[in-house]
Amino acid sequence: MSKMISASRSQPARNGSALRESNAVKALLIGTALTFLALFLFLPLVIVFMEALQRGLTTYLEAITEPDALSAMRLTLLVAAIVVPINVIVGIAGSWTIARFDFRGKNLLVSLIDLPFSVSPVIAGLIYVLLFGAQGYFGPWLREHGIEIIFALPGIVLATMFVTFPFVARELIPHMETLGSTDEEAALTLGASRWQTFFKITLPNVKWSLLYGVLLCNARAMGEFGAVAVVSGKIRGVTTTLPLQVEILYNEYMGTAAFAVASLLAFLALITLAAKTILEWHYAKEIAAMRHNS
Amino acid sequence: MSMLVKTGFRQPSILPGFGLSFGVIITALSLVVLLPLAALFLKAASAGPSEIIAIASSPRTLAALRLSFGAAFIAAIVSSIFGLLIAWVLVRYDFPGHRFVDAAVDLPFALPTAVAGIALTALWAGNGWLGTWPAQYGIKIAYTPAGVVVALIFVSLPFVVRSVQPVLADAQQDVEEAAALLGASRLRAVFGVILPNVWPALLTGFTLAFARAIGEYGSVIFIAGNIPMVSEVAPLLIVIRLEQFDYAGAAIVAALMLIASFVLLICINTVQSWSRRKLGYV
Repeated sequence: MSKMISASRSQPARNGSALRESNAVKALLIGTALTFLALFLFLPLVIVFMEALQRGLTTYLEAITEPDALSAMRLTLLVAAIVVPINVIVGIAGSWTIARFDFRGKNLLVSLIDLPFSVSPVIAGLIYVLLFGAQGYFGPWLREHGIEIIFALPGIVLATMFVTFPFVARELIPHMETLGSTDEEAALTLGASRWQTFFKITLPNVKWSLLYGVLLCNARAMGEFGAVAVVSGKIRGVTTTLPLQVEILYNEYMGTAAFAVASLLAFLALITLAAKTILEWHYAKEIAAMRHNS
Repeated sequence: MSMLVKTGFRQPSILPGFGLSFGVIITALSLVVLLPLAALFLKAASAGPSEIIAIASSPRTLAALRLSFGAAFIAAIVSSIFGLLIAWVLVRYDFPGHRFVDAAVDLPFALPTAVAGIALTALWAGNGWLGTWPAQYGIKIAYTPAGVVVALIFVSLPFVVRSVQPVLADAQQDVEEAAALLGASRLRAVFGVILPNVWPALLTGFTLAFARAIGEYGSVIFIAGNIPMVSEVAPLLIVIRLEQFDYAGAAIVAALMLIASFVLLICINTVQSWSRRKLGYV
């Protein structure tokens, strides 16, 4: 009924000048928006590649294949390979708890999962130094047992886990809530086991928002700077990730090399954006429904 | 209701896995987020009241906090204005490259902050592409608090666009049509009918942008110049205290930052729910 009304009315009404901006205003608004985006978003991206390539392709290739850069690349990939799967499992557990059950303190749990978004990355690093650093609460015990956490891989993994903690659950919760639990209830009623239901019903149902969450989580895990800078100790070739390598080179006035390493991360960002856009285009309806309900 | 009372903590459900998934999320949350944050407050409190007051009221701490919160506020305001404009343009108009621009708005989410930091510094330095223009008038952007604001606008912009965009897209066009039929000018319809509906979403975007900008470190430290009392942000002061092995000092500045931003966020959320109620949302 309401559909019919809007269909019959919207066409002629939209031509009225009181319903739209004049072409001049429209051009002005589009122009201002695009200029702002060009200055604040596109130029920074362009200048990364310009600066990286300013001394030619050979210098560029040398800068990104230099041993320290390669070890930074390996460490960055390793950290993401550890953090992302853990956060996926935790994120799925969190969203299953929140989207499928009603219990006391649910809103509090949602807020706590989101908490890392409003904590400075530097503080995310600091808290682990206070716990596991040489002067930290567990420092003496760890030293006695020869376990290294700060200035080593475990510290970097923990700090990265903290800053990427909410990403997967954030995407999954609204999607699971939208879908409801009828599919799972049907599977269970028909005799499927718990894990069959999970792997054959739940996981395929939410796969696109899960992928979306993984993508964002991975981009942040590979690009995190502040939290990792605090716990890593920046030992060259050992505990420097790619973003830290950018800082080290930049502070040593190796501008071109810094931008060359930065261009790898910028490239990663572009791939992330492209993958994200493809996901959104293909599953626009599903994701729109999910956004709408969040 | 009686079921709820009987089971107490959880409402019954035929779905399995509550114990396992609840256990996993609570364990992870406690180990990764809650206990470490508790350690921070424990460390800060262990310094004793006189030292806490001395550090909290030292001019350098106050200057750093003022810069972090002040620059974040200005950046969130600028992002809100331009973010609303960008969302409007993306939802209401069609132009060449529309899809590309829409996708590119998320760049600050995907680009590592250190990369953004050195790129913005190169752009806004006195001899950079954008910095030469204000430099002619004797205005420096990079290595001043203005540079901090520029970096924070970069990181906070997409929060506003992505909060406002779906609400603008969902907005019922019939209220605009009603306003037009009743004789309102376009300007009056936009400011009297459309924007009030977008207001809660804009406030959400502002809050997310503000919260993100307060704690920002990576993109800021390259462009700020990091002069104590002038362009030193609070997260940098924490790092400096840490490098001096002043753990209590670092913890106190961090605790102050967290408390101040949570108080602010709670205030904004209160305004938010009040304005939602006023507009008839639940």
